[in-house]
Amino acid sequence: MSYQALMAQLAIGVSNGAFYAMLSLGLAVIFGMLNVVNFAHGALFMLGAFVALFLKLKLGLGYFPALLIVPIVVGLVGVLIDLTMLKRLRGLDPLYSLLLTFGITLVLEGIFRYFYGSSGVPYSAPDELVGAVDLGFMIMPLYRFWVIVASAVVCFGTWYAIERTRLGAYLRAATENATLTQAFGINVPVLLTLTYGLGVGLAGFAGVLAAPIYQVNPLMGSNLIIVVFAVVVIGGMGSILGAIVSGFALGILEGLTKVFYPEASNIVVFVVMAIVLLVKPAGLFGRAT
Amino acid sequence: MSTDAVLSVQDLQAWYGESHVLHGMGFDVRAGEVVALIGRNGAGKTTTLRAITGIVKKRTGSVRIESHEAIKLRSDKIAKLGLGYVPEERGIFATLSVRENLLLPPAVKPNGMTEAQIYELFPRLQERARSQGTKLSGGEQQMLAIARVLRTGARLLLLDEPTEGLAPVIVQQIGRIIRDLRSQGFTILLVEQNFRFAATCADRFFVVEHGRVVDQVAAGDMEAKSGELAAYLGV
Ligand SMILES: Nc1ncnc2c1ncn2[C@@H]1O[C@H](COP(=O)(O)OP(=O)(O)OP(=O)(O)O)[C@@H](O)[C@H]1O
Ligand SMILES: [Mg+2]
Repeated sequence: MSYQALMAQLAIGVSNGAFYAMLSLGLAVIFGMLNVVNFAHGALFMLGAFVALFLKLKLGLGYFPALLIVPIVVGLVGVLIDLTMLKRLRGLDPLYSLLLTFGITLVLEGIFRYFYGSSGVPYSAPDELVGAVDLGFMIMPLYRFWVIVASAVVCFGTWYAIERTRLGAYLRAATENATLTQAFGINVPVLLTLTYGLGVGLAGFAGVLAAPIYQVNPLMGSNLIIVVFAVVVIGGMGSILGAIVSGFALGILEGLTKVFYPEASNIVVFVVMAIVLLVKPAGLFGRAT
Repeated sequence: MSTDAVLSVQDLQAWYGESHVLHGMGFDVRAGEVVALIGRNGAGKTTTLRAITGIVKKRTGSVRIESHEAIKLRSDKIAKLGLGYVPEERGIFATLSVRENLLLPPAVKPNGMTEAQIYELFPRLQERARSQGTKLSGGEQQMLAIARVLRTGARLLLLDEPTEGLAPVIVQQIGRIIRDLRSQGFTILLVEQNFRFAATCADRFFVVEHGRVVDQVAAGDMEAKSGELAAYLGV
């Protein structure tokens, strides 16, 4: 096993972890606030990649504008989904919203498969991000490095917004006790809709970041989302820090498994999940209820 | 009903699911008054406050706050009518720091207390500003729960058993705070089981049984009626 090969797998692991972290972060925020297991998260991630593609093909808008526009577009789609459908299921068993978002996934994926089949459409990285970067201890593809940095910034920004700002205090309060928060004069229903928009906006952002790596493919979301759900369970449903930390950690663990025991690399996350559920059922960062 | 009532409750009915808990609750609270609801466990005192605030949604009758009908409004809109709610068990958020708890409720009326004024009144809250809300002692949490609504500019306060489970010194301190707020012109609806405490700060008492008011006592008649009150409360 050469040092270079180890480092290469590690780099891939960390950048995969960056996607796990961004996606599980959105799922955790949505679950914490709305008590919704958002099965549509993968499909909205895929939608983000397709919106980036359309922006390029139809409007000639490149990667960097897409990074800004796509989260807003996908976030608005989320707001629309919430206002027209999810909102009606508030207060019901979470199974209903899980089924609804699962259905939304099938519809969205069905539409894109109808037009694009299941093969991918390439989306090239911008020239500024092509090439390699020398980190001193290793040489890394510049784009992967960028994904890690961008994801770390977005995760930190989201964490900061939730843990350190006034709006974040509203979110935490409503997560803990929505009834009392609303009785203080805070418009909790609007807050819930915005949270859903924010959570899926993160998925849209991740979709743009993923486009140059995985190609733009109708099934890119469902390939990823199962692992991401396992990450959320490991971190602790609804735990923001848990989602971020276990996202990156499991990406790294997966990368290392590819080096030392490649046969297990596809299941290692699920093995960890099983162990965590046995030892600490609320997840590593979850509060037992 | 007097015209200067800040809060007027008439024929209030409320349900938890299928269970009918309030059966025609009615009373009013005039500007600047401290009114206490007293009654046994399970009489419906907390439910009355929760129906006024809109937390209990299934309700009929009339709740007028500053002459606005609130019976059909959502709880956040009711708060904006100028209502400050200090819930049973204090409702301090564990995921918020003391300061975040204090700053959580948005202003509902102009001229609420500033953060500095609050800290002058409750210096402990400033010392503990960065600790987790629920790490405070019971008495401190109760102070925080009261301080929290003083910031909002609300002039009508609903306090649900603010002395429950607290040491006698703290109970006295809370009594002083309530009398102090009264002298500043706040209107207060107080729920209490401890009627000896309530007697130290309320102007009028309504006795609640089985979800309705069964008797009314003015502070001056407390002595004369103490036997009856003891019977109502089962003490
Ligand atoms: N969430 C609930 N669901 C169903 N029934 C409830 C609920 N909360 C209270 N009740 C019932 O409603 C009735 C009135 O309760 P409430 O809490 O208003 O009484 P209370 O006068 O505040 O009593 P306490 O002095 O014990 O606080 C009781 O019979 C109680 O069992
Ligand atoms: Mg009560």
